[in-house]
Amino acid sequence: MIGNLPFVAAMVLVVLGLWTLMTRRNLIKLVVGIVLIENGVNLLLVSLGYVRGGVAPIYTYAPEGTPVDIPMVMPTPQALTLTSIVIGVATTALLLTLAVLIHRHRGTLDVRKIRELRG
Amino acid sequence: MSFAMHVPILAIAAPLLGAFSLPLMAKVHHRLRDLWAIIVGAFTVAMIVTLAVQVFGGGIQVYTLGAEAPDATLGPEGFPIRITLVADAMGAFMALISALLGGAALVYALGFAQDGKGKTLSMSLLLLLWAGMLGLKLTGDLFNFFVFLEITTVAACGLIAYRVWESRPPEAAFKTLVMFILGGLMVLLAVALLYGEYGALNMAYLSNQIGGGLIDRMALGLLVGGLLMKAGAVPMHMWAPDAYGEADANTAIVLVANTQAGLYGLLRMLFTLYGGAATPEVGWLITSLGALTVLVTVLMAVVQHRLGRLVAYGAVSQIGYMLLAAGVALVTVGARPEFGQLALQGSVFHMINDAACIGLLFLCVGAVHRATGTGDLRSLGGLAHTERWTSGFFLLGALALAGIPPLNGFASKLMIYQSVFMLSPILAALAVLASILLLAVFVRAFQGAFLGPRQNVVSKPPSPAMLIGMGVLAAVVIAFGLFPDVMVRHVVAPAAEALWTGRDAYMAAVLGG
Amino acid sequence: MSVVVRTVARLLLAPVAIFGAYVVMHGHLTPGGGFQGGAVIASAIALVVVAFGAQRLRKQKKTLSVLEDVGATAFAVLAFLGIGVTFFYNALAGTGGLFGQTVPIGPNPGALNTGGLLPLMNWAVGLKVLAGLGSMVLLLGLLGGDDDR
Repeated sequence: MIGNLPFVAAMVLVVLGLWTLMTRRNLIKLVVGIVLIENGVNLLLVSLGYVRGGVAPIYTYAPEGTPVDIPMVMPTPQALTLTSIVIGVATTALLLTLAVLIHRHRGTLDVRKIRELRG
Repeated sequence: MSFAMHVPILAIAAPLLGAFSLPLMAKVHHRLRDLWAIIVGAFTVAMIVTLAVQVFGGGIQVYTLGAEAPDATLGPEGFPIRITLVADAMGAFMALISALLGGAALVYALGFAQDGKGKTLSMSLLLLLWAGMLGLKLTGDLFNFFVFLEITTVAACGLIAYRVWESRPPEAAFKTLVMFILGGLMVLLAVALLYGEYGALNMAYLSNQIGGGLIDRMALGLLVGGLLMKAGAVPMHMWAPDAYGEADANTAIVLVANTQAGLYGLLRMLFTLYGGAATPEVGWLITSLGALTVLVTVLMAVVQHRLGRLVAYGAVSQIGYMLLAAGVALVTVGARPEFGQLALQGSVFHMINDAACIGLLFLCVGAVHRATGTGDLRSLGGLAHTERWTSGFFLLGALALAGIPPLNGFASKLMIYQSVFMLSPILAALAVLASILLLAVFVRAFQGAFLGPRQNVVSKPPSPAMLIGMGVLAAVVIAFGLFPDVMVRHVVAPAAEALWTGRDAYMAAVLGG
Repeated sequence: MSVVVRTVARLLLAPVAIFGAYVVMHGHLTPGGGFQGGAVIASAIALVVVAFGAQRLRKQKKTLSVLEDVGATAFAVLAFLGIGVTFFYNALAGTGGLFGQTVPIGPNPGALNTGGLLPLMNWAVGLKVLAGLGSMVLLLGLLGGDDDR
């Protein structure tokens, strides 16, 4: 049960993010919602590679013994998560920049008032 | 070791390197930047054409990054461990589309974009988007697919929004970016699920393993949802008209290519990754979404009074036709009757035809903007007196888009109508009806903008670079319309075949055996 | 910002930047690498923006954008170095020269002169990330600064 906690937490984060996206009307809060979903997915991804009792997958830091016998945590999901975090940083920064630009032009962050592009 | 083996990666790496070094060149001199853009663009197009010749002549090309040899895809234990690029006929075909639109957009941008108004930025992002699309189309690794998807997301939204001094582009870009990120995250979630189940990311290996269990179906749903968002199908289409309508002309046509890359991803996932596990229900879903897309967007196009948005709705409606035909192919993929294959060929052929004629229309809209400073149909009129080339190209594109013989849109739409009719006559009738409505919309737009009395506006003629960009696309529209059978036999049929029955060849090329 | 913040920022600036450089340089040996180290250095830039205001750094915008392009171009060029075998092939590893020694087996403090192209790529990525994130922070500071007061 306790081993499934990361997956439950990931799902909770994704659902919270979707909830934020659907109920909030402020551009910055929409960005927060997207970041929540992103973090949920990242959490799922990184917890996939966990090996019970495993050590960090660093070759030179491994404890004594032949490297084959030591259970190491899978490095691939960590690399994937890192990549997706980096991508998340870039997209979040772009979103925030656009939000700032919209605020500059319109003086508001309320999506109900920003409706120049309709139909 | 020969140069020819490295063609797949060179096609991706050249525009990537070009995109990053372009701003440095611009710091030296703007002429050097333009020259560099031309060199990079020409090299990329040459690489793509070489790749296409290799693939259509000699079968699937596999390239393993960072390995001892390009074809060493498998690790010591017979398990694919590195990122591979797999160029099959469909991937090469999509790369050709991106070469057509990317090349035309780059040439057009040389004459269209203005120094001091983000020309360096837009050209650099254009190359980056090009590299992202090529990567998306050629990669054989699921996570790499996601990474390239996000590269196209960031580059596309940057391209839409770079005119920050205007109020509408940032808004359109925000909308687009939210949809693209959500789509990307759905794809990432699907990748995570598949990785958790099978412990691999190689598409050929996964395709070998996927059996259609609960997790597989969840992942399929997420993939379809995410990629449909990227492709701009109804009901996730809200971003598309805004993005196309607000972007520059040269940006809009690469965005069309980007949308098609999303569609390609969808087809690749459904036919290659889930080839054995996809059920007719998914096909019906895609078919009905396609029909809905065609109808809704054509009806929306009727009420538009801004030229850019009107063409944008036309562009989204064409995605609907491709989805419709692809859905028909999916419904029938299990039984494999003749018309399913015809539907897939129609869908694939329509991609390149749509790329050419919608691209031509967007470039004409850009030329109209440049000539008059506005895109509002209520204040335009009589442009045909001064803008002869632009009006001719616009008419050509509009007729081709509506499917008037002997232009290229007719050839592929006929294939789509025929195959859809075999599945459901009602859907085929709807598709024809939508096409007629689209013709009416474009005739009205042409009449409003180009015909009528001469207006006293100072008009700025299109520059030679813009004319070259438009001319290339117009030549494609006419050539594919006159000789569709040559195109279908030599290029489209192998590409559709790669999806239809090419799954085993795809797996064998990567996994050996 | 208050004098307390500015003094602490002055004190912390160098340690933060040096730690970031350490993370970049040891990227092939320890957890971290180009992105993480670059982000740490960029946080030093964020510190300056917060403590002294974005206007102080306005002139550095150009420098940062050049650095960013140089980093990205260098990464792509380094990837091209392996093209004799395959793209991204580690052409320097195991050659005995620059970063060319083999990694010793077993627990060890880490030999810096290993890894082939990886450390160089880490540097390129670090440069790209510090300039990219730094200019993002700077631009957001410059953009948001004038209408929030």
